[in-house]
Amino acid sequence: MTTTEIPAADGKGLVKIGQPLLRREDEPILRGEARFTDDVPIPGALYMEVLRSSHAHARIRSIDTDAARTSPGVVAVYTGADLAGEWVGQIPVLIAPDPAPLLAPRWGPIATDKVNYVGEPVAVVVAETRARAADALEAIVVDYDVLPAVVSPEDACTDRVVIHDELGTNKAYTWEVVITPESVDAAFADAAYTVKQRHIQQRCLPAPMETRAVCAVPDPMGGGGFTLYSSTQMAHLLRTLLAMTVGVPEQKLRVIAPNVGGGFGSKLQTYPEESLCLALARRLKRPVRWVEDRSECGVAMIHGRGQVQDIELAADSDGKITAVRVHLLGDLGAHCKLFTPGIPVIGGPFYHGCYDVPAFAITITSVYTNLPPTDAYRGAGRPEATYAIERAVDGLAAEMNMDPAEIRRRNFIPPFENGHQTVCMVPFDSGNYEPALDQALELAGYEQLRKEQADRRASGSTKHLGVGIASYVEVCGYAPSRMMAAGGGKFSLWGTSVVRFLPTGKIVVTTGSHPHGQGHETSWAQIVSDRLGVPYEDVEVLHSDTAIAPYGVLTGGSRSLSVEGAALSVTCDKVIAKAKTLAAHLLEAAEGDLEFNDGSFNVKGTPSRALPITGLAHTAAFDAHLLPEGMEPNLSAETTWDPPNFTFPFGTHIAVVEVDEETGAVALVKFVAVDDCGNQLNPVIVEGQVHGGLVQGIGQALFELAAYDDDGNPLSPTLADYLVPSAAEVPSFTLGSTVTPSPSNPLGTKGVGESGAIGSAPAVINAVVDALAPLGVTNVIMPASPMTVWRTIQAARAAAPNAKENGR
Amino acid sequence: MKLELTVNDTPHVAEIEPRTLLVHYLRDVLGLTGTKIGCDTSSCGTCTVLVDGESVKSCTVFAAQVNGAALTTIEGLAGDDGLNRVQQAFHDNHALQCGYCTAGMVMAAVSLLEEQPDPTEADVRGGLEGNLCRCTGYHNIVKAVLSCGRAAER
Repeated sequence: MTTTEIPAADGKGLVKIGQPLLRREDEPILRGEARFTDDVPIPGALYMEVLRSSHAHARIRSIDTDAARTSPGVVAVYTGADLAGEWVGQIPVLIAPDPAPLLAPRWGPIATDKVNYVGEPVAVVVAETRARAADALEAIVVDYDVLPAVVSPEDACTDRVVIHDELGTNKAYTWEVVITPESVDAAFADAAYTVKQRHIQQRCLPAPMETRAVCAVPDPMGGGGFTLYSSTQMAHLLRTLLAMTVGVPEQKLRVIAPNVGGGFGSKLQTYPEESLCLALARRLKRPVRWVEDRSECGVAMIHGRGQVQDIELAADSDGKITAVRVHLLGDLGAHCKLFTPGIPVIGGPFYHGCYDVPAFAITITSVYTNLPPTDAYRGAGRPEATYAIERAVDGLAAEMNMDPAEIRRRNFIPPFENGHQTVCMVPFDSGNYEPALDQALELAGYEQLRKEQADRRASGSTKHLGVGIASYVEVCGYAPSRMMAAGGGKFSLWGTSVVRFLPTGKIVVTTGSHPHGQGHETSWAQIVSDRLGVPYEDVEVLHSDTAIAPYGVLTGGSRSLSVEGAALSVTCDKVIAKAKTLAAHLLEAAEGDLEFNDGSFNVKGTPSRALPITGLAHTAAFDAHLLPEGMEPNLSAETTWDPPNFTFPFGTHIAVVEVDEETGAVALVKFVAVDDCGNQLNPVIVEGQVHGGLVQGIGQALFELAAYDDDGNPLSPTLADYLVPSAAEVPSFTLGSTVTPSPSNPLGTKGVGESGAIGSAPAVINAVVDALAPLGVTNVIMPASPMTVWRTIQAARAAAPNAKENGR
Repeated sequence: MKLELTVNDTPHVAEIEPRTLLVHYLRDVLGLTGTKIGCDTSSCGTCTVLVDGESVKSCTVFAAQVNGAALTTIEGLAGDDGLNRVQQAFHDNHALQCGYCTAGMVMAAVSLLEEQPDPTEADVRGGLEGNLCRCTGYHNIVKAVLSCGRAAER
């Protein structure tokens, strides 16, 4: 693909939807001028440091802060007990596993009598410099009564140790969806083939390159308000939740998310440090700021994934899947953050993948452990579901000795353009799964790869070639409020975009969604330039500041373009409609006789009598006396968009690996991703989103593990221990796409922020297992590190010493 | 202690605590916040700057260790005629998303191209191993750096 700068060919600076466009966000970043939260200069700010629990499970006997209080430069030291009066409410759970009852413990920004994971805040120091605060932190002595820790969800299920006394159990909920139970049982009874697998979704660290940072500033002009800078994905929702829990009236709180250095779901929270900085700024009447160390980030930020998946397939003699049965065990961690209990549930309806499965049953049990809470991490439930079904489908192919591409082809839901009611509740919007598979096979050179694999196997090489396929369908465009509520949502996710024409004909767009790398400023200006026929450079896009932007809830679930972007498209239609009325009035023509092309209205067949919309904007603002009777001045409009349905992107990924039998090392030699995100607004950004997602999924498959010892101590909180892939570990990618427009919004878009992370992990592990199949290997757990792979090979050899001769 | 050095062609003299890390001196004393901090184990490379032309992770050296040196940070890369060619290549190839790794990544790429003016893809991937990015999957970063190589110019 060739990318192009803004075309000037027509001399009007117009850009079109669908045109490849480089980003306007880039230059300030490339010059080092873009400010992130910790870069914002705040005169007179105090620095907060947080003392965190060093035990996974313990009662706090006492905290001695005397030495810290007298340490140089220290302004204040507080324990949880000291700050108990600062909190007016509990941070809520926003997605619950309805209708199952949820048992959720109370928790606050800072522990008072008990700690439930390593990293939980127990005391804070506020000092004149960061170094002074850090020094004083070391002088605090906490006397703990250490309790046995629960570090695995299986152990949690036994209630051997109950973490939260008030709940009486570690089980948070059991959510069960059984579609006609007799048919599931009957399908398994009648099956020609069955597959039963267990998969572990290890805990992952979201690890955005920017850790979290917060700064709370009392209004310097007086008035009792505060400005809170935070590296967050949800400026508006954060303001609402801080108002509800810290008690600063919502209208007195301004939240600004400056440049945010990646989120991947991890910054969709109200974290303790945001509450603490705000409460301390209120108490001390000075700005209070905090920035997270990387090793703090590993324990203080939410973790992703954390599930044990038992999946069973039943199939007939043709390989047609007749039933899927799933038992899921979710590791929630120490307590529920905003979406914690909902993450396994979000994935629930996707355990039948993109396949036409007549019978389906899923039971999800989620438990508390003495580990950091889990929550939304790129894909949030869908990568886990896709992994399980795609591993199981490969298991079925192996069982039947059938090509993994063919087994998928036989089971795909047939193409549909406007709604398909799946077996598990959710009506998919549009889908056409086979062309994406076909394109991926072609781009990968699949037949040639299989030939090469056969040749290599025949040669007795110890470097095994493996090819792994994963087809997926997922859900994006989080918004439809009725469907959200039906699915357990305790809040609504509509989106708002505003267009304000200025008297000079320039445009300011404000939007409720917040970018942190996704390029909203470029994309929103592209939509307006296309729809209104105004120069791209004349459109300014403002966001991420609650004092400027309309309410927008959050950026997550690949929702922004299909919700706030769609809102913007509808808003442009409103602006055009109003401008048309004005143009008809000024031209003394009937509205029906006007046409609108490239930013100008003219009477059909009379292009010479044209009124540009920018001129109409000037008239509507400065010459309002010329407006038709009853028309409000100004060409401005606003839309709050609550779509009728979610969107359901899909695609097929193919990984090619080489596995060294002697060392267990896996080399990813090729990766093909064909994704369908509906209409593409800007292919440049689409591809970039896919690339990033792929490496996060590949990272989970091969490298990443938030490891803990048996006592709940973190073994990998730093980037020296936690292996975020570098450029050296991954190849360049081969991308393709199909386009199946979504009927859920006027842009026809589906969202692409997470697809890469959804298809890639199962494709990679399917490839590793495929490579090692001749050695009798049927499963490899993630991350497939050299040691894990080598041990798996040894175990397979021990179990079936002649496996290599048997082949696959 | 007294520190004398040149940053982006501007000489600086400062009295600093001996324990001051170079990255803290750049960010907190000089206000050059384009250089970022992303970890505490020298793993991520977001703090990469050039010291006498060579890339250095500024979180891993004391300011005192570069006394007398000439430094370039991301703020010093662009000239009066616009972005430096590596910066421009990052833009042209959509090699940045959130932008937090970008300063370090660009500085490392400048240094890499200085040492290897005609790198292969393997050279680029190996040469940037010490700089992590969580957004781009490296695909477009590698493309951008390769576009600055001699082979691409021909």
